[in-house]
Amino acid sequence: IGWSGKAFLSTSCCPKVCIVGSGPAGFYTAQHLIKARQDVEVDIYERLPVPFGLVRFGVAPDHPEVKNVINTFTQTAKHSRCSFYGNVNVGKDVTVGELQQAYHAVVLSYGAEGNRRVGVPGEDLRGVYSAKDFVGWYNGMPSCRELSPDLSCETAVILGQGNVALDVARILLSPLDALKKTDITQPALEALAESQVRKVLIVGRRGPMQVACTIKELREMVNLPGTRPEMVAADFEGVPEALKDLPRPRKRLTELLMKTAVEVPGDKELERRKNATKIWGFRFYRSPTEIFADPSHSRTAGIRLAVNRLEGSGERAQAVLTGEVEDVSCGLVISSIGYKSLPIDPSVPFDSRRAIVPNSVGRVHQAAGLYCSGWLKTGPTGVIATTMNNSFDTARSLLEDVDSGTLDISTGKPGSQIVSMLLEERGVKPVTFSDWEKIDSLEMRKGEACGKPREKLLTVEEMLKILHL
Amino acid sequence: MGLTLRLSRVIPDCRSCPLYRFNGCVDNTAGSQRRGSFDNLRTINRHLQTSICLYQAEEGSSNAEDPDDVVNVVYIDRSGKRIPVKAKVGDNILYLAHKHGIDLEGACEASLACSTCHVYVNSAHFDKLPEPEEREDDMLDMAPMLQENSRLGCQIILTPDLDGIELTLPKVTRNFYVDGHVPKPH
Repeated sequence: IGWSGKAFLSTSCCPKVCIVGSGPAGFYTAQHLIKARQDVEVDIYERLPVPFGLVRFGVAPDHPEVKNVINTFTQTAKHSRCSFYGNVNVGKDVTVGELQQAYHAVVLSYGAEGNRRVGVPGEDLRGVYSAKDFVGWYNGMPSCRELSPDLSCETAVILGQGNVALDVARILLSPLDALKKTDITQPALEALAESQVRKVLIVGRRGPMQVACTIKELREMVNLPGTRPEMVAADFEGVPEALKDLPRPRKRLTELLMKTAVEVPGDKELERRKNATKIWGFRFYRSPTEIFADPSHSRTAGIRLAVNRLEGSGERAQAVLTGEVEDVSCGLVISSIGYKSLPIDPSVPFDSRRAIVPNSVGRVHQAAGLYCSGWLKTGPTGVIATTMNNSFDTARSLLEDVDSGTLDISTGKPGSQIVSMLLEERGVKPVTFSDWEKIDSLEMRKGEACGKPREKLLTVEEMLKILHL
Repeated sequence: MGLTLRLSRVIPDCRSCPLYRFNGCVDNTAGSQRRGSFDNLRTINRHLQTSICLYQAEEGSSNAEDPDDVVNVVYIDRSGKRIPVKAKVGDNILYLAHKHGIDLEGACEASLACSTCHVYVNSAHFDKLPEPEEREDDMLDMAPMLQENSRLGCQIILTPDLDGIELTLPKVTRNFYVDGHVPKPH
């Protein structure tokens, strides 16, 4: 009887995988790995004491169903072969190199925490914010707590026409009664109660057939109580003719946009619009060139927009300057032109042009045992479902590598044992998943007291304090 | 006996249960903000009410199977493998898949806020389905590899005329198990 020397001489070790980031990418990667092999152990490291990334800090407060995915992630976190370590800053508290030594594989899933800059004069004036920071502010992201946006102006201009732009517009114009029942933070609610913003322009450099938002979010704007749409009919020239050749999602979206902007509504809708006190609209073919300060220089007073025309059509259409400009008075400018990933550790390859970690199906280039998933892998676009597929792909690559021997799991790895030791030496106190559950319960109890699903804790200090860490 | 007990319905119809009406059911916690009615299905076993909430009986209790209630369903998973399943009238395609360890995600838990339960329906049965509501169409628009016969699994409720329905899971990712390896349910 022959026996495989390998099977006897080395205990076939359970593969130990470390995931950096506990948003959808991290959790879906973990889920897939744990499901696929009965011996994989996964440790998820997260910088904040609380998990779930953009599901907690990005998804709008009035979209609670989208957050149901937290239940799936919670199941994963509580699996016997999964452990969560919050309050650990990879790159600072522990290096990626140290993680690679401790684990058979490391998956980077830390997303995109930076902003794409507009790159125009006046961008740093008071009254100009990135959508990422504005959304982080109303969603209780600790790093955005001090934003205190100035909402004491009538007109807000949002640069960008994706779903984040629509979220911002909707939160700015939503009736307060609707927001009061969500998990929006108390300071944001108070600021919005005092807001004087009555008109929101959502500006994009191309045309109606290039908007990046999706139909669900557009419909929410169209149906937003107390508001009416105001757009430029001329922007829709050529659109009706192009409709028939569009793929279904783009077609339905464009039809709704056109109907809202151009069609004369029925009596009921006319009446509703007459009674509306707030206005919103898309402005097309406009690119920002400068943001103006008011004479006392203390805040934004307006924005100069260059007028474009389109060359080409469809997704690949390019905006080309015409030479004309248009000035718009406004006191609030929110740039929603994209998030951006940042490099975590000098040892990890990073493509600064595309702001992603260079990879092939999640395998980081020139870095054995290193993988990436989520926005860090593909760039910051897509919804949770997109990230889910993306993360499953990375997990499959990792598993293929284990099966083929490319990823060597023949020697045991210490995993969290050694990392915990390092963290303790460095005075870092990791937060466990059951610690998070204590924070979770507290937030829900606080929320119940004021008719909200939760009242979020707003600082890391507060979170650690209730855990006695 | 005129009363047909739907013992393995995956969707609990709580409205007729006395515990629901008197707020005594632990699955209907006051203050729950979620409007989707399926949010506590994962805890269904823990809150099993034996004599009163008959609707929540779990799989395996096949002793009162009514043959007229049975609907044969075939799932075709992402590797092309056919998985026949015996289901019941009233079953929901998404939760039925979960019950049988089929790899169909339901991130938003059937609240029409995602497209992860996207399936293709075979042509013979596609037209028998009721038209999707606008909200389903809106979410379908976001699904990768949308086809004419695409639907969201969480919106398909089995009726007797759907007997023989075949649901194919889209191959949405660049690589998938080609060796027949079946991921274990989580």
